[in-house]
Amino acid sequence: MKLDSKIPAGPVNEKWDLHKNCIKLVSPANKRKYTIIIVGTGLAGASAAASLGELGYNVKAYFIHDTSRRAHSIAAQGGINAAKNYPNDGDTIWRLFVDTVKGGDFRAREANVYRLAQVSGAIIDQCVAQGVPFAREYGGLLANRSFGGAQVSRTFYARGQTGQQLLLGAYSAMMRQVDAGRVKLFPRREMLDLVVVNGKARGIITRNLINGDIEGHEAHAVLLCTGGYGNVYYLSTNAKNSNATAVWRCYKRGAAFSNPCFTQIHPTCIPQSGDYQSKLTLMSESLRNDGRVWAPKNKGDKRPPNEIPEDERDYYLERKYPSYGNLAPRDISSRSAKEVCDEGRGVGDTGFAVYLDFRDAIDRLGKEVIRQRYGNLFDMYQRITDENPYEVPMRIYPAVHYTMGGLWVDYNLMSTIPGLYVLGEANFSDHGANRLGASALMQGLADGYFVIPYTLGDYLASTELPKVATEDDAFNEATDNISQMTEKLLGINGDKTVLQFHRELGKIMWDNVGMARTKRSLELAIKQIKILREEFWQNLKLIGSDQELNKDLEYAGRLADYFELGELMAQDALLRKESCGGHFRKEYQTGDGEALRNDKEFAYVAAWEYKGEGKKPKLHKESLKFEAVKLAQRSYK
Amino acid sequence: MKLNLRIWRQKGPNDRGSFKNYTVEANEHMSFLEMLDFLNEDLIVKGEEPVEFDSDCREGICGSCGMVIDGVAHGPWQGAATCQVHMRHYREGETITIEPFRAKGFPVIKDLVVDRSAFDRIMIAGGYISVNTGAPPDGNTIPIPQDKAERAMDFAACIGCGACVAACPNSSASLFTGAKIAQFALLPQGETERKRRARRMIDQMEKEGFGDCSNYAECEAVCPKEISIEAIARMRREYLKAVF
Repeated sequence: MKLDSKIPAGPVNEKWDLHKNCIKLVSPANKRKYTIIIVGTGLAGASAAASLGELGYNVKAYFIHDTSRRAHSIAAQGGINAAKNYPNDGDTIWRLFVDTVKGGDFRAREANVYRLAQVSGAIIDQCVAQGVPFAREYGGLLANRSFGGAQVSRTFYARGQTGQQLLLGAYSAMMRQVDAGRVKLFPRREMLDLVVVNGKARGIITRNLINGDIEGHEAHAVLLCTGGYGNVYYLSTNAKNSNATAVWRCYKRGAAFSNPCFTQIHPTCIPQSGDYQSKLTLMSESLRNDGRVWAPKNKGDKRPPNEIPEDERDYYLERKYPSYGNLAPRDISSRSAKEVCDEGRGVGDTGFAVYLDFRDAIDRLGKEVIRQRYGNLFDMYQRITDENPYEVPMRIYPAVHYTMGGLWVDYNLMSTIPGLYVLGEANFSDHGANRLGASALMQGLADGYFVIPYTLGDYLASTELPKVATEDDAFNEATDNISQMTEKLLGINGDKTVLQFHRELGKIMWDNVGMARTKRSLELAIKQIKILREEFWQNLKLIGSDQELNKDLEYAGRLADYFELGELMAQDALLRKESCGGHFRKEYQTGDGEALRNDKEFAYVAAWEYKGEGKKPKLHKESLKFEAVKLAQRSYK
Repeated sequence: MKLNLRIWRQKGPNDRGSFKNYTVEANEHMSFLEMLDFLNEDLIVKGEEPVEFDSDCREGICGSCGMVIDGVAHGPWQGAATCQVHMRHYREGETITIEPFRAKGFPVIKDLVVDRSAFDRIMIAGGYISVNTGAPPDGNTIPIPQDKAERAMDFAACIGCGACVAACPNSSASLFTGAKIAQFALLPQGETERKRRARRMIDQMEKEGFGDCSNYAECEAVCPKEISIEAIARMRREYLKAVF
């Protein structure tokens, strides 16, 4: 395997334009001769399906939900960044680019990030044209707010439901292409394998989740838009059905997996309340615009928050990071909360929570303004915790939220398998070791609306793609593999449920491959995962058959992949002997407890190549060059 | 707390289906779906088939979950989806009846899982603004008064769960369809296609077997996003303007 990032020549701010000038085009009459498979129709997938359909390609879109409006992009709350500089506060494309590279702790590719910043403005324009009801100022112009990791206001939003509105925009654009006959939808299908013919991605195998049929589908190229793998941890803010199966099965077919250890733990989530809990709920980071984060100065202070006097409160983010304060980036805010709780200053029943307090903001702005800004979030909090955040500070704790790692892609978003493209959270490319708030929506839509329509054509126009049929050997082989795996899962007849196994795996991952990692914890995780995985294949209990709707069977297949992926995450983290962004190795920190990067040895993208069942994967390195932004230790002080 | 559950079990679309009784040892902090997860774990261990239901985000925004709880779509809590209902609302020994969303337009797939693809087909008929990806005008060249943008957002908040249909004695999808039509009717971007959109979406709604609206307003009462039936009034105005 050779990694060729295909970054175009030229200065960083001209690369994309120069690239667009010289990539090959498919003529309008020829586009309809190409069939493109899109797997996953969240922001990245739906926007790609719409854009490619408009261009005239035949698009087939597959998704596990009953309708693509359920995709987990729908749950993004806070907003989407764009370097529009509407507030006149000094924002530029360059600044958004620098903030994103720096926020990612210098582990992202400069060229990709610049392109992202460059197309950010067009995304907003596109969404407005689609009828996305963004928040407006009284004069009728678009409103902005500020978000973590930035000193300008560049975040566009639609109440606390920005992801929903952007997804519905992309969904509606895709539905228009369904109406036009250019996009065909395949709901309730789960991709279980990639079909590679003569070294090129030429199709997929899916399971029809209603009747269990295993179906082959052929195409000229496959676009994977299946999101992240945060559910490896069991408890996360991801939706229950978000999973890593599609990316993992592509990894096993030869697509390199990059930086699996880069996971984001979001600082403002509602703390866990018990063992029965099925997922965690995120509270938008935008709350940190007006909420102040604090913990008691004294250990074990069990007084109700409103009885703790001002001088016994530690507003630790404001104290440690005076210039960014409560708006410090996510990785730093999360780690600080963990430190406070590890010191024994955590609050609530479990001691794993800190306060997010709106008292001062309500005094300054009035309850009504706070209600307008965050009303739905406050309601959501109250509904879950039975506490009123207008009167009592919220309790928050970090939770797994996003995965920066993913399948390796080149500048054109193509993986190491020709013809397999990876978009959105499923790829690794833009966020380095830490993603800034309001950048996930930006990336998903950038990839789908403004990158893939160009780069896909270049591949199709310059590659010979002889006809394939679903009767070919490659399809049959893949189908047989799946049937065997299903049979094996259903035949174990053990005593432990999928959920029990998943909870145990999640605990191993959270305790050892979570917010703070050490050589010892990572080695322990690898050992424990192996043992649990073995037990899984011997003692799993499944009910029902594969010829019907059987959610537990779907879940078992996904968990089988999580075991393998979890192990790779730990291995990757073990090898990266530095701290950067969301990856914090306790052995590598500065005197005052900040992440200590090691650029000399680790300024690279790790790309893991699958070498077969039971064999060690092989590590490839793509070295990262920083020509436009100077490598420097991040400082939010 | 110990609860008695009466749950609708149906093997497939052609099975008649019936209620089955279960008991579950729940905890007041659980969400309603966590209580069902708990029951399912118990059933699997005992070798019985778990109760199938759809759910995903479990924070009230994806619209996947939906069941009729004691006769009310999404259960007793106003402005909440099923996943947002918590067990603290129930008392020891209570009996809870759980059924799928029932409507001609929503055939049952299995147990509490129904087929809501009719909603997608209504959207395909016109729930969009025809603009290609490319080089749209700058976002600020289309100013929209704040109150109008907010009103449009009220309607755009629909999560497509289908509770409105399940609650309606006529199984009408008017609130769902009206919400999209009303959102676009309030925005300048939706102006060009407003007649075509109203006509096509409403025609499709009828084709899918959803009934007409008789102003019961049950839909508004159960809507997890509390969308007003003003959406239906706006939809009718749009339709009248479109056909005459």
